[in-house]
Amino acid sequence: MSNDKPKVAFYWCASCGGCEEAVVDLAEDILKVTSAVDIVFWPVALDFKRKDVEAMEDGSIAVSFINGAVRLSEQEEMVKLLRKKSGLVVAFGSCSHLGGIPGLANFWNKQTIFDYAYLKSPSTNNPDKIVPLEKSEVDGKELELPEFYDTVYSLDQVIDVDYYLPGCAPPKDLIVNAVNAILEGKLPPKGAVLSPNKSLCDECDRNESKPEKFTMTEIKRPWEVELDPEKCFLAQGVICMGPATRGGCGQRCITANMPCRGCFGPSDQVFDQGAKFLSAMASIIETNDEKQIDKLIETIVDPAGTFYRFSLPTSILRRKKMEATK
Amino acid sequence: MVNLTIDGKKIKVDEGTTILQAAEKNDIKIPSLCFHPLLEPYAACRVCVVEVIKKGESEIVTSCNTKVTEGIEVKTDSERAMKARELNVEMLLAQAPDAEAVQELAKDLGIKETRFEVKDPDEKCILCGLCVRACEEVVGADAISFNERGAERTVSTPFGQESEACIGCTACSFFCPTGAITVEDLLGREVIHDELHLGPSSAVRVPIRQAVPMVPFIDEEACIHFKTGECKLCEQVCEKEAVDHDMEDEEVKVEVGSVVLASGFKPFDAKRIQAYGYGRFNNVITALEFEKLVNASGPTGGKIRLANGKEPESVGIVHCVGSRDENYNEYCSRVCCMYSLKFAHLLNEKTNAQVYDFYIDMRCFGKGYEEFYHRLLEEGTKFIRGRVSEITDVAVTEKEEGKLVIRVEDTLIGAMRRIPVDMVVLSIGLEPGIDQNEIARVFNISCSQDTFFLERHPKLGPVSTFSDGIFLAGACQSPKDIPDTVAQAGAAASEALSLADKGTFELEPVTAEIDKDLCSGCQICVSLCPFTAITYNEEEGISEINDALCKGCGTCVSACPSGASQQRHYRDNQIFAEIEGIFIE
Repeated sequence: MSNDKPKVAFYWCASCGGCEEAVVDLAEDILKVTSAVDIVFWPVALDFKRKDVEAMEDGSIAVSFINGAVRLSEQEEMVKLLRKKSGLVVAFGSCSHLGGIPGLANFWNKQTIFDYAYLKSPSTNNPDKIVPLEKSEVDGKELELPEFYDTVYSLDQVIDVDYYLPGCAPPKDLIVNAVNAILEGKLPPKGAVLSPNKSLCDECDRNESKPEKFTMTEIKRPWEVELDPEKCFLAQGVICMGPATRGGCGQRCITANMPCRGCFGPSDQVFDQGAKFLSAMASIIETNDEKQIDKLIETIVDPAGTFYRFSLPTSILRRKKMEATK
Repeated sequence: MVNLTIDGKKIKVDEGTTILQAAEKNDIKIPSLCFHPLLEPYAACRVCVVEVIKKGESEIVTSCNTKVTEGIEVKTDSERAMKARELNVEMLLAQAPDAEAVQELAKDLGIKETRFEVKDPDEKCILCGLCVRACEEVVGADAISFNERGAERTVSTPFGQESEACIGCTACSFFCPTGAITVEDLLGREVIHDELHLGPSSAVRVPIRQAVPMVPFIDEEACIHFKTGECKLCEQVCEKEAVDHDMEDEEVKVEVGSVVLASGFKPFDAKRIQAYGYGRFNNVITALEFEKLVNASGPTGGKIRLANGKEPESVGIVHCVGSRDENYNEYCSRVCCMYSLKFAHLLNEKTNAQVYDFYIDMRCFGKGYEEFYHRLLEEGTKFIRGRVSEITDVAVTEKEEGKLVIRVEDTLIGAMRRIPVDMVVLSIGLEPGIDQNEIARVFNISCSQDTFFLERHPKLGPVSTFSDGIFLAGACQSPKDIPDTVAQAGAAASEALSLADKGTFELEPVTAEIDKDLCSGCQICVSLCPFTAITYNEEEGISEINDALCKGCGTCVSACPSGASQQRHYRDNQIFAEIEGIFIE
C-alpha cells in the first residue's frame, strides 16, 4: 500500500451494524475503493487500536465515515478523536445523520432504560439486581465501563460534520457517488446531505396513482390490508412517510410493497420531519368531526415511533422532557 | 306550374300538388275523414271523391292522393261526384254508425239512414287506418295494426293483447278522425288540472308562463322522438324551422374578468310533508301551481278552478311549508307571507270563496307590506295563527263530507280546529339550488350552513364573496323577494363594472409559493386549497400555485410535507429566527 493514497477510516457508534454491511455490500466496487484509498481504521473488519489512531497526525485521515448514533462516552471520545485526525467527516446512515432507531430511546432516560433492561423485563433473571456501573471492582481490580448517557445524539450534535450519507442503510450508489466525489474533489457545500433534496414522491412509481381528491378516511397498518402494488399507500389508508422524506433511496421499500418509513430524513427546508408529516396527514384526513378524528387517531399504533422513527434526536422535540432530578 | 279548373274556377298550382291541396288552397272545401296533412294520403274513407274531366273523359277519383295534371277540370259537387260520395258515406254509416264525424257528413249530404246492414250500432271506427299509419310513420312504435280481413277487419294491438310496443304516446287517439280511440287516464288526475299542466305536461312547452326568455323547450323524457327516433311532427309544423332535435348541450368558454352568480333557488318539494297530502289530493296545490291557475294569460284565463272544473267555495292557504321547521329548513323563506297574502287578495277579488290563512307569524317587513296585510284583514280573509298539522279527506261531520279538512292548533284561542275547505294552497319555501356545492367549488366560494352561498360579510360585504371578482345576486345567497334581488343584482353589477373599469386589481402580497426544486408532486396540497389555486402539473411532476387565486391562507404551507410550499414573508426560517430572537436576553 502506497502512502500517496488518501487515508480513510470507518467507525461505528450506536448502530446495528447494517451500515458496515452496506460497505461490504459494495461487493466488487469495494475493490475499486480499496485500490484507490488506504483504509487506516475499521474496527469491524481490521485490527487497529485506538492508540493507532492517536498516533496519527492531526488531519492525516482524508475522510472518516462514522455510522451510528452517539449514546456512550466512549463513542463521544472516539468521534472527537477521529474529527481531530480527519480532514472530512461523513455521517454515514440514518443513526449518525438523524439519531436513527436508537434515538427513539430519547423517550426514556438512562434510569428507566436500565430499570427495564436489567431488572423489570420479563426475560430478565437478575436476582442480585446487578446493573452496569461505570466503575466496579472485580478481584480487587477496578474495571471501567463507558458512561451511558441519558440522551442519544446524532453525530453533528457531538462533532462538526461535513457531509451526510442518509439511509438505513445508505444505498450502494449513493456511497459510490460520495466516495467518487471525495476522491475527485468535486465536493458540494459543507453540510450537504448527499442525496436529492426532493421528497420520495418525486421518484415514486406510484405517484401518478394518486386520486384527484387525495384524502384518507381510515388508517391501516400494512398487515391489515392487501396492498395494491401500484397504488399510493396513503390513498390506501396506510401511513407512508414518502411525502416528508428525502428521495434518493431508489424506492427500495416501495418496490417491496412496503410504505416508506422515513429513513432518509426530511428535505433541507424542513425542521421537523415528524411534525411536518403529521401536519400533512392531518390535512388530508377526510372528516372534520372531532369524535371521528379521535377514533382515527386511536388507530395509529405508536404515533411517536411512526412519525419520528429515525429523526427524534434531531427533531424539535429532541427527547422526552427530563425530570429535574439533579 | 299546372293550370286547372276546380268548380269552374281557374287556378294555378305547383306540380305535384294533390287535387285536395289545390282545392284547399283556393278555399274550395272537399270533405274528407282519413286525410291528415302530416301523413301520406291513403284514400281509405273515400269521402273526398271528385269528378275529374280530362280530355273530355269523366272519371271519379279520390282527391287526397290524385295529383293535378295540366288542363284538367275538377268538379267537387257534380251530380256524379256527389252520388259517389253519398254512397261512400252511406257505407261508412253502416260500418261506424256511432261516429259523430260520419253522422255529420251524412246529415250534410241529406242521408237519413243507411241501406246497408249495420253490424254494430256502437261502432265508431271507419277502418281508415290513420291511427295505424300514425303509429308506424310518425311514432315509429308499430304497436297497432289491422287485424283479420274483409268484414272481420278491426284495428287493434297484436292479438288484441296489451302490447309492450305501445309507448303510451296517445298519437293514435289524436289522429283518429271519428273519436274511435280513447285514452284511459291511468294517472287518475282529474281533467281540469291536467289541461292546466298541473299534471303531466306536453313534451314541447314553455317552462312557466312568465319564463324569460319566453321560448319553448323539448322535454326529452316525454318526447316521442327521443323514445323511438321518429315523429318530429313539431319540426314539420314549425314554419320558422326553429325545431332541431339534434341540438345538444354545448360547452362555451368565455373569458371574463368578473362573474355575478345568480343561480337562484329550488322550490321546496311539498311531497316531503306527507301529512299535507300534496300529490294525493287533487285540490292540494302548491303556490307555483296556484300562480299558473290565477295567471290572466294562463290556461284558464285567470279563473280559479278546482280539479272538477268548479269554482272553490273555500280555500285554505298554508304558510311556512318547508320553512321555519326544524324537520325541513330552519330558516324563514321571507317571500311566502307576502305572496300568500297576495293569493288571499286575488281569491277575494276573483271568487266568492271564503279564504283561510294559516300562519305562524305574519312577516310583512317591506315597504307597504304591513298596509297590505291590514287591507286583507278588512277584506274578510280569516287568519288563523298556528301550524297546520294535517290535511285530510276523512270527514268526521256531515259538513266535512267531500271536503279537505285542515287540522290546526289555533294558538290565539288555544284550541284544535278542523277547517273544511275545497282547495288548499301550500306556500312552499325556497331551498338552495340542487348543485349549489358544485357551483361553489367551481367559483372558489363557500356555502353557509344552509347551503346558500356565503357572502363576504353579512353587513359590510353582502354582494361580494371571498373570491375577488365573484359577486352574488338573488336567492342563491339567501331567500329574498324581488325588490331585494333587484337591489342586490344592481349592486353586484356595479361592483363588477367598477372592477372592469379599473382594469387592474391588487393582489395580496402574503401568498404562498411552491419551490419547484423542492416539490416532489405529492399532491397533498392540491385538494386542500379552498380557493383551488393549486394545480398539479403532470408534465413537470410538481404542483403550482396560481398567484391570482391564492389568498395566502397558509393551508398548503402547513400541509406541505417537504417544505416546498412556503408563505411569502412568513417562511419557516423567518419564524424560527423570530422565535430565537425572543429568547435572546
